[in-house]
Order: sequence, then C-alpha cells, then structure tokens
Amino acid sequence: MSIPITYYLVLSAVVFLTGLVGVLIRRNIIAILLSVELMLNATNINFVAFSEHLHDLGGQVFVFFALTVAAAEVAVGLAIIIALHRAKDTINVEQFNLLKW
Amino acid sequence: MDHLFFGYFAGVIALTAVLVVAFRNPIYSALSLLIMFFHVAGLYVTLHAEFLAAVQIIVYAGAILVLYLFVVMLLNLKTDDRYHSQWRAAAFVGGPLLIEFFVLLAGSLSAPPAALPRADLETGDNTLAVGETLFSTYLFPFEVASLILLVAMIGAIVLAKREGPETPAA
Repeated sequence: MSIPITYYLVLSAVVFLTGLVGVLIRRNIIAILLSVELMLNATNINFVAFSEHLHDLGGQVFVFFALTVAAAEVAVGLAIIIALHRAKDTINVEQFNLLKW
Repeated sequence: MDHLFFGYFAGVIALTAVLVVAFRNPIYSALSLLIMFFHVAGLYVTLHAEFLAAVQIIVYAGAILVLYLFVVMLLNLKTDDRYHSQWRAAAFVGGPLLIEFFVLLAGSLSAPPAALPRADLETGDNTLAVGETLFSTYLFPFEVASLILLVAMIGAIVLAKREGPETPAA
C-alpha cells in the first residue's frame, strides 16, 4: 500500500507557498534566507517523490545537486549578511535601499 | 502503516514550515527549521532514499543550520522585526499561486495518476545505486557542483573579510 504521489505534491506545494510568503513578508534578512531553505526543501521533496514514482534515480541525484547549491547559497548569503551588518548595523531589508532608484 | 508515517511526517513538516515564517525570533525559526529537516529526512527514508536522508541530516541539520545559528548569534539580533510593508506585492503574487494550487489539487484529485509498473531498481543498496548513477551519468554535473562549492567558499571568504588596510589581529 503506497502513498499516491499527489499527497507529496500537495505537501511540497504547501511548504513552497509557506516559503514564498515568508520571503515576501518578512523583513529580517535571515528569516528570508530561512524561507528560501523552505522552498529548496519543497522542491527536494518533489524530486524524491518523483524519483520513487518513476523509479529513476536521477531525481535523487538532482536533490544532491540542489543540496550543493543550497550550501553554496548559504555560505555566500551569510557572508553578504555579515558584510551588510558591518556596513549598516542592521539586517532589516527595508534599510538596504542603496540600489533603489 | 505507510499512511500513518506519511501523515505524521507531512503534518510536522507543514507545521514547522509555518512556524519558521511565523516566529519573530530568528533563533526559534532556525530551530523549527531543524525539526523540519529531520522530518524531511524521515520522509526520504519512507521513499527509499536512505542515502539522501543521511545527507540531509549531515549537510542541512549539521552544517547549514549551524552556520545560520552561528550568524544569528554573531550578529546579536534584536527580535523587534515586524512584517514587511510590501504585503500588497506579496498578496499579488501569493493569491494567484494559492488559486493555482487549489485548481491543480481539484484536477489531480479527480484524476489520480496511474502508478508505473514497479521496476527492480529499489532492491539492494540505495547508496550504491546513487553512487553509480552520480559517477556515470552525472559525472560532469558532479564536477561542476564541486566548482560551485569552491567558488562559494572563495566568495564567502572575500565577502566576510574585513576591509581596509592590514590590521594585525583584528
């Protein structure tokens, strides 16, 4: 008795939407990065569910690559946050308007 | 039994995902994200992806989350962060996505996809199978991934380095 793939898709969509809302409504830049992690995990759940459904290991390998990119993103993102905090003494994204026209 | 496990994992994942966004304090957000990572790993185990479950715990819970907590504590954040004033744009993007989600849900529930015939791929060692796929079919992307990690490492060091003239023992 296996779970239909629809359930995994719904779970993934819920997590992805939560992450999207988090990116759009939070002002703390670290909370925004955490929401990005939520979205990455939602896609990973999708990949693994389809890998099981289609009996193709390519999905799991792609999760591996997504994990690599997530690690790189976190390293660079947190370094940028540290540099921003050093320059502006805040991590509120509404204070970062240097590039706004 | 499968449904019981899936229900537990999915429920906890959805709940902690909402908590990550809802908590005011970034430390609580990071900790609930940690719980979510563990349950995603459990979900991977039920999906016969044992290697990925281990990697999820080691890399996400062990490395990425520790990095987040480290930075949160390094910056000594205040928790008086309020939601964004950009919520109109958020509603404009989120509303159609939510509608699309429900439309897709209604469509997929009315016509459940037919399960493919089971291949004998899942028998045996998952780590062995993933390794063989990774180092044969996906060898070039694997090398590109290592390059990405190298570039990210150098970029992080350059970005976080203190600027200005050389100061001994800053």
